Amino acid sequence: MSVMRFREAVRAAMIEEMERDSRVYLIGEEVGHYQGAYKVSEGMLERFGEKRVIDTPITESGFTGISIGAAMVGLRPIVEYMTWNFSAVAFDQILNNAAKLRQMSGGQLHVPIVFRAPNGSAKQVGSQHSHSMEHFYAHVPGLKVLAPATPADAKGLLKAAIRDDDPVLYMESETLYGVKGEVPEDPDFVLPMGVANVAREGTDVTIVSWSRMVHVSLEAANALEKEGISAEVIDLRSLRPLDEESLVRSVHKTHRAIVAHEGWPYGGVGAEVADRIQRLAFDDLDAPILRVTTRDVPMPYNAKLEQYVIPQAPRIVEAAKKVLYRA
Amino acid sequence: MSTSDATHLALYRQMVLIRRFEEEAARAYSQGKIGGFLHLYIGQEPIAVGAVAALQPDDYVITTYRDHGLALARGMTPRAAMAELFGKVTGCSKGLGGSMHFFDAEHHMLGGYGIVGGHIPIAAGTAFASKYREEKRVSMCFFGEGAVSIGDFHEGLSLAALWKLPIVFVCENNEYAMGTPLSRELSVEDVSTKALGYGMARDRFFADHVLTVRDRLAEAIERARELSEPTLVEIRTYRFRGHSMSDPGKYRTPEELEERKKRDAVLRSRADLEAAGMGADVEAAEKEIEDIVADAVRFAEESPEPGPGVARSDNV
Ligand SMILES: Cc1ncc(C[n+]2csc(CCOP(=O)(O)OP(=O)(O)O)c2C)c(N)n1
Repeated sequence: MSVMRFREAVRAAMIEEMERDSRVYLIGEEVGHYQGAYKVSEGMLERFGEKRVIDTPITESGFTGISIGAAMVGLRPIVEYMTWNFSAVAFDQILNNAAKLRQMSGGQLHVPIVFRAPNGSAKQVGSQHSHSMEHFYAHVPGLKVLAPATPADAKGLLKAAIRDDDPVLYMESETLYGVKGEVPEDPDFVLPMGVANVAREGTDVTIVSWSRMVHVSLEAANALEKEGISAEVIDLRSLRPLDEESLVRSVHKTHRAIVAHEGWPYGGVGAEVADRIQRLAFDDLDAPILRVTTRDVPMPYNAKLEQYVIPQAPRIVEAAKKVLYRA
Repeated sequence: MSTSDATHLALYRQMVLIRRFEEEAARAYSQGKIGGFLHLYIGQEPIAVGAVAALQPDDYVITTYRDHGLALARGMTPRAAMAELFGKVTGCSKGLGGSMHFFDAEHHMLGGYGIVGGHIPIAAGTAFASKYREEKRVSMCFFGEGAVSIGDFHEGLSLAALWKLPIVFVCENNEYAMGTPLSRELSVEDVSTKALGYGMARDRFFADHVLTVRDRLAEAIERARELSEPTLVEIRTYRFRGHSMSDPGKYRTPEELEERKKRDAVLRSRADLEAAGMGADVEAAEKEIEDIVADAVRFAEESPEPGPGVARSDNV
């Protein structure tokens, strides 16, 4: 074990997999000479050279398409977007090519590719730069979507993504990059996709979340504890495939669930989680499932309004009390 | 004072306003009074100022996230601009937009946009509307050379040429897209050649002097207004600050920066005006700008923040 920051764990996973497999390369804007817009790929150009750490002009659709093409005939690209917001420019490539090639070709072709970038809100970067894109992509069969919350999960899941034979979208967070945690050093430390983690055990209410919001949920759980409420926090880690079993197991124990995530309330992964729980554990539920989400507006720039719009621990606490009829 | 000297003085004053505004914005940013991304226009002032001088007040302008200069040149009050940076409800976008999203509908400044190239087809759309309504209105769209690789640039230019839209595409080529130098952005050094494949008129020059910018852009504007034909204009320039406040700028040498600062068009105009015997007017203008910018900062500081209602229904 060694203690690493989230960004270092992501880097370690890429370096290990690139050393293990010469077909793996990293491509994106400012990943090489600039050392990464958020310093995730720092030092990688020196280590692997320009052939495998490739700086691109601002051409999201172009370098996504080129990488899907390269993957289709045997390479294993890691595509970095400066943030997930800019993947919108490449959405067609991801939706219509990456996600469809295996199916359209009747299984003759497949696309072993990873798309990764920081996702969700940063700090006051405004409405065009604060999207939670996991909700858009998790909608699509043919894509897998991961959203780790800790450095260890970041490393284990990114390695799994790189080794997977199909497209995997991997969500980071600018506000998580500095978070530290213990990370296994074993080069074959690979976590399974589609398995949630119980980040905190509890008995009274289940809080489901992922990525940065796991930390906010844990903060809420601590606050609830002081009021005598025992909250269980489930870190989904993988949004597609979704670990139904862990959800059902937890709700079987707590009888109440809330989902806390960034991104708007209309549709999305939170709605999906609520649907699965009510469908698979209806008899266990003692209250409707509530969602704590980004409010249903484009992200405001003003700092206080931004905090008002993004879910905070007190809103999770309030929702937990509501499902416990203690509000 | 001759009319042309008076005009030059007025343009100099505008450039100084932008420069001093940006310097104070940088200071407020380092004091934590401004958040998010802050992309300064310092070094590129002659472009927005020269362009606006060549345009009519009801022509449309539209630009990137590096938008303070164009907004101020177009007539947005420094108060509304600074208050937006401070996230105040008195800001041009009520504190919802921030640095990257300055809008001023009254002055036909149709915004600052954060997704590289995304505003280029929109700009063509404003020209489409002018043509549709049979108005003699011109649209001018600004973007960096970094946008020239992206699909929306090509689709926007292709349609503007095909449908003969009254628009001027202005590429502010400051030689870097974040940390990527021009040589690693494009396969050609002359951005204006991109017009050739679309059968579009083109022009290319350095922004060494605000009057040059005004006069050269005037030709493209006339082509748009009289013939309803688009032009791609590449203006070579240089940004004196980092890409944004968080960029340490390690990709270029201090010598290169110093060399380029010698071509500063603001200093150039100042020297010209002094040589024309207008030293006292220059100093008076500078003094006035100091007061205007200080007032804008004070106004921004004292203005109220937007309440939750502003984020909600009425603005979405
Ligand atoms: C589609 C897209 N990709 C990436 C970014 C991140 N980004 C913001 S500005 C920028 C560089 C743009 O350079 P250029 O177009 O030359 O304009 P300049 O900043 O020099 O004015 C990049 C890569 C973005 N905003 N949009």
